[in-house]
Amino acid sequence: MIRSNSGIRKTDVINRRMFIIGAAKVVVFVGIVARLFSLQINENKKYLTLSDKNRIREWKLPPTRGNIVDYFGNIIAGNLKVYQLHIIPEQVENFNYLLVRLRNLLNLSDKRIARINKLKAELKPWDSIIVSENLSWSQFVKINNYLYDLVGVKPVMTISRNYPFNDVYTHVLGYVSQPNEEEILENEIIQERFVPGMKIGKLGLEKRLENHLIGTNAIQRYEVNAYGKRINQLEHQKGEQGSKIRLTVDTEIQKACGKLLNEKAGSISVMDIYTGDIIAMYSSPSYNPNLFLFGISQDEWQLIRNNPLKPLINKTLSGLYSPGSTIKPIVALSALENKVIDTKFKVKCTGKMELYGQTFHCWKEKGHGWVSLKNAMKQSCDTYFYEVARLLGVDRLNITAEKFGLGKKVLGDYFDNEKKGLFPNTKWKKNNLGKGWVLGETLITGIGQGYIQSTPLQLCMMTAQIANGGFALKPKIIVDSNPISYEDAKQSMESGLLFDTDSEELLDKKLFKNQRNIKIVQEAMFASTNERFGTSYKSRIDDPKYQFAGKTGTAQVKRISKRERELDLELEQIPYKDRDHALYVAYGPYVNPRYALSIIVEHGGSGSKAAAPIAKKLFKLIIDRHDLRNKQSNFERITV
Amino acid sequence: MFQHDRLSNEITLFQKIKNLDYILLISVILLSVLSVFVMYSTDGGEILFHTKNHFVKLAVFFPLMIFVAFFNIKFWHNFSYIIYLIVILLLIYVSFFGIKSSGSQRWMDLYLFVLQPSELMKVAIIMCLAKYFHRIKIENVNSFTSITIVLSIIIIPIIFVISQPDLGTSILIALSGLIILWLAGMKIKYFIYSFITFLISLPFIISFLKPYQKLRILTFLDPDRDPLGAGYQIIQSKIAIGSGGLNGKGFLKGTQSYLDFLPEKHTDFIFTLFSEEFGFIGSVGLLILYSIIIFRIIRIGSISRSNFARLFCFGYAFAIFIYIVVNLSMVLGLLPIVGSPLPIMSYGGSSMLATMIGFGIVLSAKINHKQMIA
Repeated sequence: MIRSNSGIRKTDVINRRMFIIGAAKVVVFVGIVARLFSLQINENKKYLTLSDKNRIREWKLPPTRGNIVDYFGNIIAGNLKVYQLHIIPEQVENFNYLLVRLRNLLNLSDKRIARINKLKAELKPWDSIIVSENLSWSQFVKINNYLYDLVGVKPVMTISRNYPFNDVYTHVLGYVSQPNEEEILENEIIQERFVPGMKIGKLGLEKRLENHLIGTNAIQRYEVNAYGKRINQLEHQKGEQGSKIRLTVDTEIQKACGKLLNEKAGSISVMDIYTGDIIAMYSSPSYNPNLFLFGISQDEWQLIRNNPLKPLINKTLSGLYSPGSTIKPIVALSALENKVIDTKFKVKCTGKMELYGQTFHCWKEKGHGWVSLKNAMKQSCDTYFYEVARLLGVDRLNITAEKFGLGKKVLGDYFDNEKKGLFPNTKWKKNNLGKGWVLGETLITGIGQGYIQSTPLQLCMMTAQIANGGFALKPKIIVDSNPISYEDAKQSMESGLLFDTDSEELLDKKLFKNQRNIKIVQEAMFASTNERFGTSYKSRIDDPKYQFAGKTGTAQVKRISKRERELDLELEQIPYKDRDHALYVAYGPYVNPRYALSIIVEHGGSGSKAAAPIAKKLFKLIIDRHDLRNKQSNFERITV
Repeated sequence: MFQHDRLSNEITLFQKIKNLDYILLISVILLSVLSVFVMYSTDGGEILFHTKNHFVKLAVFFPLMIFVAFFNIKFWHNFSYIIYLIVILLLIYVSFFGIKSSGSQRWMDLYLFVLQPSELMKVAIIMCLAKYFHRIKIENVNSFTSITIVLSIIIIPIIFVISQPDLGTSILIALSGLIILWLAGMKIKYFIYSFITFLISLPFIISFLKPYQKLRILTFLDPDRDPLGAGYQIIQSKIAIGSGGLNGKGFLKGTQSYLDFLPEKHTDFIFTLFSEEFGFIGSVGLLILYSIIIFRIIRIGSISRSNFARLFCFGYAFAIFIYIVVNLSMVLGLLPIVGSPLPIMSYGGSSMLATMIGFGIVLSAKINHKQMIA
């Protein structure tokens, strides 16, 4: 058969058209290869990153907080292993059965069960639900015994903050708890390291030193699938525990303070008069910060909140009290410094003093007769100090008082609840109350009543600065990077200069014009405690090793009416709220003094009866621990 | 010459085997082996459902290809119209009694496996049109009657397929049909006119698209407008391919597929997995393998004496080419997502069946390339 013309022509057409198509195919394939090249070679890095972003997910674990230790290295805020119980819903065969079993084993409340069910609905089936944050050891053992029957349950060991001394340091350390949204947003470091279940400092040093204590997250990198389920762990990066913080406090003394103020409202502060180290700072009553770790129960919270003795208030720093007679050493010193009086200056006390028709009473109705400075201080004669204050004037008194730290914060911004108190002068009254100063107000300021308000720690520092010979102190509660030893501090003071740890310079920190005046005041305070008729004579210690000097104070919380004065009621007959605050400031040992303290017992009555006896008990311990403290010379350098 | 032709009519089995195109055959075998390994990777490195089924299908359809090849090309020419009609009937059957799955009705249950007749239509339409143009005179190609007839041949199956609905397959059927028209010598101006008409009526066509189809076009234009929804597939596909780099992540080490970020990785997105694991070099290698297959089919067409065989081979080569281009363009983000499998590589029985039958007919053309068809 011979092919037709038409057939040949047709074949030619087909071949020609095929050639065109073939060329087009080559172009298209080249285009596809170009696209592949651009994706896989040019943009490879970009897509590799995207692919890793897809598959790698990081899990941050809560960081471990740094320990806080006392001066002797005892941990006062540490970390504890806690046992937790998690459920992984996807592994559970019968969720309701499991809940019934757990409810029986752990005595879970209905509320808790409801919460678990809610969490189960919210979370992905492979995310663990925390059933119990803090299992007791016995519960943990029980769970482990029944584990064969509790499919999908995972006992987990984790780390939690722990305060081994419970309520002893609450007002110093504060406590940690879960942060709220505001707290997370406020602090960049917290924001960066936050993971659910993490706890942050809510109060006290735990809050102030958050950025040092917090530590870094451990990070676990997992490969995840498209649904977010973990497939395998790629990496575990260990976190670093937060910095260790060493405080100046002595746990033994702090504990003793707690015992001495047991069931009373009040505060005790103890300070090293040369280094400014705070040895103890106790506010009573306290509460147990461990309660807040896993969420405090409503009942426990109400118990603390509604306690009439107000455990939530840090009385050492935020409690404002009239200093009462404890101000008298400053009044005396100010008068001596301003040469208003000398040691021979005498006033006749008749039990009261009349001024512009107003009567100012001495605590002793019969009067003290003719009294000099020493006797006036010893017996706390009010009339003498009315007269001295009148002669001195409030403005000159104010200058001396502020020099000694009244009306100013003692610890600066370490505690945001610290109050600065108030020491009035004429200008202050004009500016704040819009009225002129009245001389009668000067008189009552002279005995520590009226507008004057001070914190217990201020009174302690005031006493310390009298005790060290009249040199300015910088109280501190954290052992800093450049600690100065007791001897060095004392020596530099005795040379009239003081080593300032901030500027690292020797500065003149004399608070007096004539050191003789300090000595006079010291002697008067010694007499008050160690000589007959002294207001705290009953609380003296004769052994020179422990012998201390002090000044009592009894601060009125309300005006005493004429009738009440005549009645002269016993303490128990007065309603608690109306009873006087009892105060005592002291330092010791009298020869070579080392420590100063201030004691306040709210509504305790008179300072000599309620506050001074506490000092007697405390001083023995404080002095006995001095050598131990001195030996603790292996200063750990911690930068804060 | 006359005698020779007669001899070739009575070609022996031995000669048939000898006349098979071994380059094409080896290429198809290579592709098949590769596809089993890739399927094994989609199963996460285990021999699971997809790997097993894919292997079984290859084991059945590859011999079927040889079986098809052993029939004389004349036989396929003679039965072209009937095959076309049977597939049309199957399409009609499916449109009434087909199995529904994820919103479309395009399958029929054959007990042993589920058949998608529209896949068979991809080959049948080429056979049908090749026969039609083989038979008419060159002068009549552009006559009104023939244009009407061939357009009907193309449009009838498309109506059924598009109503399933299956836009991807209908486009592929249309393109396969149109290429025969082109090859047969239909006037170029007709193609230009209809292309212009198509462009003008495009907004009108779009308004007829289903919402999900419109969404696909929008997603194609800007995949990032809904990265977790409509744009997810294409974004993840590009990440997988791009992260493959020059050498790929290694066999069974494609994280995008292993961790389930890749959708449809067994079927339409199989190239994505391949490209992630074997990289640019592997992808170009695969393209070269496909190019060899296409080239061999064209070569067989050009040595064929009959215009039926020639048209079928050229047409089928183009069809294979277009399947590859549409699939790759889709996973590379050059075209909107339309369902279109990658020949042999993708999981799917009907597509493989059709492809293998096509190869069988091509091989038959090779064996009988000297065969004239009246």
